[in-house]
Amino acid sequence: MSLILGPAPHTMQQGDTGAFMRQVVYATGPGLAVLTWIFGWGTLINVLWAVIVAVAVEALVLTMRGRDVRFFLSDWSVVVTGLLLGLSLPPTSPWWLTLVGVAFAVIVAKHLYGGLGMNPFNPAMVGYALLLVSFPVAMTAWIAPFDVPTFSESVALFLGQASPDAFSGATPLDTFRTWAGDAQALAGHDILHGRIAGRGWEWVNAAFLLGGLYLLARRIINWHIPAGFLAGLALPALAFWLVDDVRYADPLFHLFGGGTMLGAFFIATDPVSAATSNQGRLIYGALIGVLIWVIRSFGGYPDAVAFAVLLMNLAAPTLDYYTRPRTYGHDKPDRGIG
Amino acid sequence: MSEIDYGRITRDGLWSNNPATVQILGLCPLLAVTGTVVNGMGLGLATLGVLTASNLLVSLIRNTITETVRLPVFVMIIAALVTLTEMIMQAYTFELYQILGIFIPLIVTNCTILGRAESFAARNPVLPALVDGFMMGTGFLVVLVLLGGMRELIGQGTLFADMDLLFGPVAADWQIKVVENYRGFLFAVLPPGAFIGLGLIIAGKNLIDGRIEAARQRHRAPVEQGTKRVRTTGKVG
Repeated sequence: MSLILGPAPHTMQQGDTGAFMRQVVYATGPGLAVLTWIFGWGTLINVLWAVIVAVAVEALVLTMRGRDVRFFLSDWSVVVTGLLLGLSLPPTSPWWLTLVGVAFAVIVAKHLYGGLGMNPFNPAMVGYALLLVSFPVAMTAWIAPFDVPTFSESVALFLGQASPDAFSGATPLDTFRTWAGDAQALAGHDILHGRIAGRGWEWVNAAFLLGGLYLLARRIINWHIPAGFLAGLALPALAFWLVDDVRYADPLFHLFGGGTMLGAFFIATDPVSAATSNQGRLIYGALIGVLIWVIRSFGGYPDAVAFAVLLMNLAAPTLDYYTRPRTYGHDKPDRGIG
Repeated sequence: MSEIDYGRITRDGLWSNNPATVQILGLCPLLAVTGTVVNGMGLGLATLGVLTASNLLVSLIRNTITETVRLPVFVMIIAALVTLTEMIMQAYTFELYQILGIFIPLIVTNCTILGRAESFAARNPVLPALVDGFMMGTGFLVVLVLLGGMRELIGQGTLFADMDLLFGPVAADWQIKVVENYRGFLFAVLPPGAFIGLGLIIAGKNLIDGRIEAARQRHRAPVEQGTKRVRTTGKVG
């Protein structure tokens, strides 16, 4: 062991984007595995297809823009975009759905704004919101947990040769939305009563939580956004659940339902479109959490991660402006509030 | 007063100072009603008529109204013309009138019309003002129809659907089904589709302008090479 120290900075990690992005890809491993276990091959097919499309479209756009294709592909960012969108899509998705979403995410949400680092919105969530708004039926065709289609059925769904109607069932969030306020019906739906939260989805969220903790441990992400996000979702849920536990779902159901953990650790933490000061990140995460709870409880859509993240992407520059840290030796500038 | 250049007025209205793609005016109707070709064309024709007539009237009275009351007067003229247009549409294209709804009376607030009255018609003789109104209106109409076509094609997979609303029974079978069994792409029909569509049209126009400029640069005489020193002050000797 060498005891001679060179001059600072003593960085242990390689600071290249590709290495960070690869860590994010590895961290989605448990979530992807659990999604495949509970919902069948569809998710795996989605993710593979989404990544293939993402890389192909990125290479095409880079060529058209006259950029170095090999160099920009090596930052792996587009793989993460495709991966996150693939993970968010229902396992019954036909090929064209993924294609449209990923192509829109890469071309419009990323490259029309100038490429990696310039996009104000999270590309994967732009693609998701586009699909949800345009194809609401296909986008809500989730499979009932553990009611796994065979591999050939999954392939048929992917190729568009089978109708998802035969496989799809309501998710816990859907079920709760439908029956909120009716205590008897809520007690009668098994899907709402897993070990800790909605059946099936609890394990998906636990797996993404595990992956997220790995990212935290590797210092790929900071704790501010996920902590703010989960607190912002759990606190209003807790308060309203204590007041009326038939009308409002309990906090654990929110935390381990839908896309909560994927959103908190993988989507909201996108370094390009999130707020950048630590205080700003806390507020950013918390407001995403609150928005998700509000939309889930009162809005028109069963889940809300995409919309909440996009809305707060819009607010991130303002948050950064008002939460800029004080420069050493200077007074905190007066920005009107705070 | 310099010679009136009708070619320049035409070029300005249709291309280089197009109200929709360069001045970015009248966005409210532009984005709101361009879901199909027929909607875009209906509103575009209505705007074209109002714009031409308002330019004509404003130019006629330009020497008799005083500076201080000109804006109220312009607005009164435009509002009267819009009311007239609205009644004509109610009489002859009732279904289209119902589809376009509030956006017909809202032509009054279309900045293009007041903008042309103020910046062109109030300063120029009748004939140039008329040509300017017509060309600006046509430029606006073309963009409306183009955007309507894009959104109809992507959103519903058809072109020229329901044209009979505007042209009567003759046009009932003008509809072209570009894609059979099209699933429908709701996003293009919704407002965000209009924003992105307009953005693409503007980008396309800028791209063409850039190409033209580049071609012009190539044809220009090459810059003299071979100067030994670069002088930053004084005259180059």
